[in-house]
Amino acid sequence: MSTAKSRKRLWRNLRTVAAWAVGFAMFFPILWMLLTSFKTELDAFSMPPSFLFAPTLENYATILERANYMHYAWNSIVTAGGATVLGMVVAVPAAYAFAYHPTKRTRGTLLWMLSTKMLPSVGVLVPIYLIARDLNLLDSRTALVLVFALVNLPIMVWMIYTYFRDIPMDILEAARMDGANTWKIMMHVLLPVSRGGLASTALLCLILSWNESFWSLNLTTSQAAPLSALVASFSSPEGLFWAKLSAVSTLACAPILVLGWLSQKQLVRGLTFGAVK
Amino acid sequence: MSSKAKTQVERLLAQPATLMLFAWMIVPLAMTVYFSVQYFNLLYPNKSSFVGVENFAYFFTYPSFWTSILNTMLLVGFVLLVTVVGGVLISVLVDDHFPGQGIVRMLLISPFFVMPTVAALTWKNLLMNPVSGFFAWIATSLGMTPVNWFADWPLLSVIMVVAWEWLPFAILIFVTALQSMDREQKEAAQMDGAKAWDIFWHLTLPHLRRPIAVVIMVEAIFLLNVFAEIFVTTNGGPGDATTNVPFLVYTQALLEFDVGAASAGGLFAVVLANLVSIFLVRLIGKSLTAGAR
Repeated sequence: MSTAKSRKRLWRNLRTVAAWAVGFAMFFPILWMLLTSFKTELDAFSMPPSFLFAPTLENYATILERANYMHYAWNSIVTAGGATVLGMVVAVPAAYAFAYHPTKRTRGTLLWMLSTKMLPSVGVLVPIYLIARDLNLLDSRTALVLVFALVNLPIMVWMIYTYFRDIPMDILEAARMDGANTWKIMMHVLLPVSRGGLASTALLCLILSWNESFWSLNLTTSQAAPLSALVASFSSPEGLFWAKLSAVSTLACAPILVLGWLSQKQLVRGLTFGAVK
Repeated sequence: MSSKAKTQVERLLAQPATLMLFAWMIVPLAMTVYFSVQYFNLLYPNKSSFVGVENFAYFFTYPSFWTSILNTMLLVGFVLLVTVVGGVLISVLVDDHFPGQGIVRMLLISPFFVMPTVAALTWKNLLMNPVSGFFAWIATSLGMTPVNWFADWPLLSVIMVVAWEWLPFAILIFVTALQSMDREQKEAAQMDGAKAWDIFWHLTLPHLRRPIAVVIMVEAIFLLNVFAEIFVTTNGGPGDATTNVPFLVYTQALLEFDVGAASAGGLFAVVLANLVSIFLVRLIGKSLTAGAR
């Protein structure tokens, strides 16, 4: 009896160690990037790697000054934020119509929206590039806002739709009986009730837009380039400044990483179009 | 206003989203189809002319084209394999309560929130560098010769980076799905003397069927589009060793300025993605809209 018990405990401890080891291994590249960002360039390149070093903020100072980090960060904030606002403004009414006033075609429309996500970006790269060029929108934040919003729109509509679908119709019916019109129902009943769902939808759009790289790299050069493009500029051979690369990478990822941690549970729903709860 | 008319008005609320998405899809796609049968080079815009299927013929006989398809398939296939198998195993490992469970889960899903350009450059320079990367140090410490990852194993290196980015996504989905598993059923099975393996095989895995299908579908969509990771690490090379379909189209369009050829390639990417997704949507599409009112 007691051997079985101690065996079980041993098994449990092994499992805990294994889980921590896997977690640490997955996180290690991020941790290493963070550590490297506080090293001098000499320490960053040293072999064997320096685990104990005098941390310096020099890289961050350089990045903020010379790489004009704030310019790119501002572009990221404006484009990701703008796309999120635009997306929400369009997606909420659509999800409302789909959830509460469906037609025979609603199901098909929803699946079709999902299918536009399957249209590979390269399939439309040339036309979008040419349209942006002809409208003088190359390297403009406007183009990125539009593209990011459209790329994420299907996910947003789906996600909000699944939240709305879970709200009992009775609540809305009761409000309608009390004489509230559509606008009032939306503003005073629906939106407050689904606040959490809407927030996580917006968050997901923000995260995806912030990290988006294909369109940022192909539609911008410098004026409107967001952080993902700034990091990419460190890929050139002469850019062998690993400590600085690490510093700019850390600055680019930190806000989204924190947002991701805070919202992991709600994100699952959006990422799987509500198919996994 | 009658209630029917009112419903009509409210249905109009779906129009902006629908129309915007329709335009986003159909306008560029129609242009791509049009360009694909034209000779159109951005450097010589006045020389454009109808050339029929020449662009397609050019693409199909272009050696890099077939390489890029093979690379795309290898990339999607291997990353899916690693993330689904690894994701299931890891999420089962962290499912039951243990000290620090919350922290471990946060560590596990973190890579998903790292932007592709950062992920790729961090791996290439800090981990996989053959001289001073972390892997080289491990290899040297163990008395082995460090691997020159991106030079000798370029596609494998890209696959490793992309798999690291997407494994957290699979874990996130599977961990959530496991929470909805029937604990009592599991305990009953344990009481009846079922081994851990039996429970995994007969209870856990069947429960994860739909989440696995969802992970495969969502990842396939994104993996067919992998671009930034290749752009900042290998630039498609050496030669065309890491050129996938998106990267090939990009080189044709924005480096060679050959819009016609790029459009033909882009259309091919569309067909490829649709072949993959049609059967995936068949697989899970029904369950997605099962609860639709």
